Amino acid sequence: MTINEIQDTIIDDFSAFEDWMDKYNFLIDLGKELPLIDPKFRIKDYLIEGCQSKVWLHPEYNGQKITFTADSDALITRGIVALLIKVLSDRTPDEIISSNLYFIDRIGLRQNLSPTRSNGLLSMIRQIKLYALAYQVKSKK
Amino acid sequence: MKDIAEIRADFPLLSRNVYGKKLVYFDNGATTQKPQCVIDTVNEVYKTYNSNIHRGVHALSDIASEEYEKAREKVRSFINAGRKEEIIFTSGTTGSINAVAFSFGERFIKPGDEIIISHLEHHANIVPWQMMCERKGARLRVIPINDSGEILYDEFLKLLSGRTKLVAVTQASNAIGTIVPVRDIITASHSLKIPVLIDGAQSVQHGIVDVTAMDCDFFVFSGHKIYGPTGIGVMYGREELLSDLPPYQGGGDMVEKVTFEKTTYNELPFKFEAGTMNFAGAIGLGSALDYVMSIGRENILARERELLHYATEKLSAIKGLRIIGSSDKKISIVSFLLNNIHPYDTGMILDKMGIAVRTGTHCAQPVMDRYGIDGTIRASLCFYNTKEEIDILGTGIEKVIAMFT
Repeated sequence: MTINEIQDTIIDDFSAFEDWMDKYNFLIDLGKELPLIDPKFRIKDYLIEGCQSKVWLHPEYNGQKITFTADSDALITRGIVALLIKVLSDRTPDEIISSNLYFIDRIGLRQNLSPTRSNGLLSMIRQIKLYALAYQVKSKK
Repeated sequence: MKDIAEIRADFPLLSRNVYGKKLVYFDNGATTQKPQCVIDTVNEVYKTYNSNIHRGVHALSDIASEEYEKAREKVRSFINAGRKEEIIFTSGTTGSINAVAFSFGERFIKPGDEIIISHLEHHANIVPWQMMCERKGARLRVIPINDSGEILYDEFLKLLSGRTKLVAVTQASNAIGTIVPVRDIITASHSLKIPVLIDGAQSVQHGIVDVTAMDCDFFVFSGHKIYGPTGIGVMYGREELLSDLPPYQGGGDMVEKVTFEKTTYNELPFKFEAGTMNFAGAIGLGSALDYVMSIGRENILARERELLHYATEKLSAIKGLRIIGSSDKKISIVSFLLNNIHPYDTGMILDKMGIAVRTGTHCAQPVMDRYGIDGTIRASLCFYNTKEEIDILGTGIEKVIAMFT
């Protein structure tokens, strides 16, 4: 599936929820299901510090695709991290760079991406794109 | 005294809904809501006599200047300062502390000197002193606290020395609510002729502040935390000290005579009020103080004590809830953690239920470090809150625990 196909699936999944509680319970479950990041990557080098919650993000590039693993100390943030991983992990640098993330807005989680970087999510998206740019440059050398 | 329904009716915002639910506003430590009289006063300034103060020869400027000076007198009377000239308007507590840190630092601080603060301080009463210490080669010393969140007075006495040039402490902790025995700190400091700044951001609205009885040298607070407009604050300073300090900003209205060779400064309080002041904010603050006086500070204090007691009982009864800061002298703040649930998660879910709390470090990271935690959930109450709202918070917390365990 393409990035946009996955985004549309997520939007579809979320449209089923009428109650905000269901939506957050789903996010919490997603957070719980997120594959654990290798503890050796849960260190300062991979930390994206937010004022409220922390996010760890680790990239691995096999020459074609980047695989991201990530984690957060807050469960709701972890749930959104899980969604971002679903959409952006195992993609080529080109795919990531040209992606346009519209699903967060559409599933009503915009407030979780405030520019004050309170939970580290916005910085996480920037960091994913930065890694993609770096690997793109590397692969063209 | 007005009953609670009448009090709540004075604050239009309190009757609004969020996400279709009745708002429960427990973030008063961050900012308070405004009574209709304050909103009306600020409106009236702009609608009927807006004009720059202390400058015009015309009628409107006279009215605006007069109202602004009346507001200064209201502040003086509210905190019982000796003279109106000792009341300087600023942008807020942060602005006030930065002003003192700069002016006092320029005048009195030399390499090797020391400033004492406490472990309970808000970043606004830490960073300006660090910046000053860096500029002047001085050193910051910190009074430690115990597990209950109370400062260790004996340790404070040990820190006092001939090198100490200023003591700057909060009167009440914004993060965990502890009321600090500032009177003792001032007496001990004054015995060594060391001036004391009191950060009143969290105390002026929760008690009766009397700077003359307290005998502090500086007292600072924000208007927006005492039901007034944002962007206005107060720096009280003892006259002898203020006269001795250089201004921290240059500009219009703070000067006596300006030539390119030399400028002489205006007298107090204008020496510290450069540029166009937030006169609408100051006048609005005056109206907020009138409102507080009309309710009665003893009444506010009594109500808030009752609410704090009720909230503490109610929340402590919840299994898995741990209150951070257990001093028996607290303002109406309950800071807590739920099992191992992240404060951010808790805050997000409470928000969805219409309950406004603050989560995180509350701009007091050293307090969090002291307890080895990343942050707390803070419910900061004030006299317009109700026991029913505390019950709603209790139910909300139970729901959060159920969702995350």
